Amino acid sequence: MRLGTTLLAAAVMAAGLSTSLTPPAFAQEQTQFFPLLVFRTGPYAPSGVPWANGFVDYYKLVNARGGINGVKVVWEECETSYATDRGVECYERLKGKNGGATLFQTMSTGITFALTEKAPGDGIPILTPGYGRSDSADGSVFKWNFPLTGTHAASADTQLQYVASLVGGLDKLQGKKITLLYHDSPYGKEAIPILQKRAEMHGFELTMIPVTHPGVEQKSAWLQIRQGRPDYVLLWGWGVMNSTALKEAQATGYPRDKIVGVWPSGSEADAKGVNGAEGYSAVLLQPGSSSDSQVVKDILELVHAKGEGSGPQEEVGEAVYMRGVVNAMLSVEGVRAAQEKFGVGKTATPEQARWGYENLDLTQEKLDALGFHDVMREVKTSCTDHMGSSWARAYVWDGAKWKLGSDTWFQADMSILDPLVKASGDAYAAEKKLERRGADDCQS
Amino acid sequence: MFYRENGQLKTSYEADQQIFPIAQDRWAIVGLVAFAIVGVPLLADEYTFSAILIPFLILSLAALGVNILVGYCGQISMGSGAFMAVGAYAAYNTLVRVDGMPLLLALLSGGFFATVVGMFFGIPSLRVKGLYLAVATLAAQFLSDWAFLRIPWFTNYSTSGSVMVSELQMFGWRIDTAVEKYLFCLGFLIVFAVLAKNLVRSAIGREWMAVRDMDVAAAVIGIRITYAKLSAFAVSSFIIGVAGALWGFVHLGAWEPAAFGLDRSFQLLFIVIIGGMGSIMGSFFGAAFIVVLPIALSQALPALGSLAGIAVSTAAVSHAEFMIFGALIVWFLIVEPHGLARLWSTGKQKLRLWPFPH
Repeated sequence: MRLGTTLLAAAVMAAGLSTSLTPPAFAQEQTQFFPLLVFRTGPYAPSGVPWANGFVDYYKLVNARGGINGVKVVWEECETSYATDRGVECYERLKGKNGGATLFQTMSTGITFALTEKAPGDGIPILTPGYGRSDSADGSVFKWNFPLTGTHAASADTQLQYVASLVGGLDKLQGKKITLLYHDSPYGKEAIPILQKRAEMHGFELTMIPVTHPGVEQKSAWLQIRQGRPDYVLLWGWGVMNSTALKEAQATGYPRDKIVGVWPSGSEADAKGVNGAEGYSAVLLQPGSSSDSQVVKDILELVHAKGEGSGPQEEVGEAVYMRGVVNAMLSVEGVRAAQEKFGVGKTATPEQARWGYENLDLTQEKLDALGFHDVMREVKTSCTDHMGSSWARAYVWDGAKWKLGSDTWFQADMSILDPLVKASGDAYAAEKKLERRGADDCQS
Repeated sequence: MFYRENGQLKTSYEADQQIFPIAQDRWAIVGLVAFAIVGVPLLADEYTFSAILIPFLILSLAALGVNILVGYCGQISMGSGAFMAVGAYAAYNTLVRVDGMPLLLALLSGGFFATVVGMFFGIPSLRVKGLYLAVATLAAQFLSDWAFLRIPWFTNYSTSGSVMVSELQMFGWRIDTAVEKYLFCLGFLIVFAVLAKNLVRSAIGREWMAVRDMDVAAAVIGIRITYAKLSAFAVSSFIIGVAGALWGFVHLGAWEPAAFGLDRSFQLLFIVIIGGMGSIMGSFFGAAFIVVLPIALSQALPALGSLAGIAVSTAAVSHAEFMIFGALIVWFLIVEPHGLARLWSTGKQKLRLWPFPH
């Protein structure tokens, strides 16, 4: 009897050991390569550094948690300085390395445009969560682009919905004056069509003021704002343009609580240390800053506590850092989805990963299990919808940190977005002589 | 020794006026071009084509144009980026707006419109020179940045202000792969290099050089200054415009005005200064230096770091790149202010008298 239990226990232990040992040992061979186009230098580095750190920390966390079903994540950075030609060079350099790139996250709207022309030929998905070209939400034209969790058009729409919630509803926008202060680049211009459409619908007066790269020259823009006295200013800045805008607003005497930023204008770096930034709000496509979420705790415990963190510990959980984390998570979860179809524990090819991104179903339970509770909400993509969802929340700067502005989640009104996206997708398809993907192509 | 020209006698004017009068030179160049057309496509991989060779070819072409203006005619221009932008957007517009427009014609029309704009901005050169002209041409840069950002017609009303070209096709040849793109650019470069070389050897080229060396003296001996200066602007902008169109069409595929910003103008000026002012060969050397060095550094530094057991971060590589690059430029200009082309010809001179150089 006693011998029997001992033997049984030994057998159980041996079985347990062998199952816990063999798969990782076997999976040592399997790696999944994620190239990173980062900009840690140049005029936009203040935003680029925490973004890149968030990416790398999350990949480290995935490996600490045992990889993607045992497949180890490898990554390599390439510095673009936010310049398109450097981005193209990085793309060419990295696409064949380490067994081939799973995907590319461009981290720049300009690079997105260039790679959109190149990636389909190579069969590599382009992930642009929260940015990218707005019309690429149309998966039946842009087979390889995935602007998951929202595009710039969705940003603009949610931003306007927040403004409407401040004045008491969309119908109250009638007769209001709204100014769009935007970075004069593809990124800033992506906001224009949707706002014009909304202006037509709700009868507010929209003025648009471009600010040239990098955005430190804003005196004349704020002179115009002082003359026009708009009810709200929508800020579409990037890097140094944001803090400059807040300083100019104070110098002009324009109330900061009437300025509403978009996610690239809503990072800690933008408002920290700027006198009189209190009251400035920003509508952030998920995620915002969430330093008390489970994933942040995990990163601090499994990565930073071991001295392997990529940046200063204080920035973990800040808004742009979290964007890196979420973007990295999306890239990993797409591969996980692909593995479920093409073989768990195996490296996914770019083509398989593309399937994964197209059939992504991140339910709230899955996100909670990954530690993203209250960081972001569910994302579900399909053949036609490469955006998945566009949840956004408003945050207000209280002088030291971002606080949730309201508990409501906003989501872009697809009945307004869809026709614009479709028209733009049609124009693109016509120019490139592409056919919209048929039902059979959607199965692949 | 290696370069001896004893016995190479010229018996006709044609033989005396060849581009490369020494047989060794001639054969070396023929061999090099043959290697570029046949050998390189067999040897290089896709990365080398897309990231190094194609940008190198296109920037060499642009540098040829800048060299004609700055190196041969002595008109300092900071508007090269603008002329590239005009070339790219004009080529894009002709391709999009004219039905059935052949690619070759579209690219050349980019050159044509760049010529028009270049000559317009060359008019101040009739009155001002040197630094003042540099500032005047800088205006072209600002104007083009403004126009291509703000006038939606130029971008065919693209909502984001970014334009792209659909597949490249010429005489039924689809230019798809990196090798084909490389050969396409190489074709342009060879044709334009031969044309430019012959142009600067001709009467008009000598007029440019006379204007560069001393315009008053040139006027005294009967050279039409207006004609010389404006023709230099025209030829140079044409070549730069075609290079710009190639940069947008072939290298980037989709672009925004930032691709042709002020940085690009400076880059081209550096290429010409480092490569060698007033030398066709120098344009190639300079472009190779500017394109290859940053990439080589960004690849080599982490490798060197790991040899020494130091993990070099991406940002550190980028900063080191700037520092080493800057230091090398200063070092080059002190050691050889006439650029890499002069180093090359000094080397040839030494080889000619080897083993007893004096």
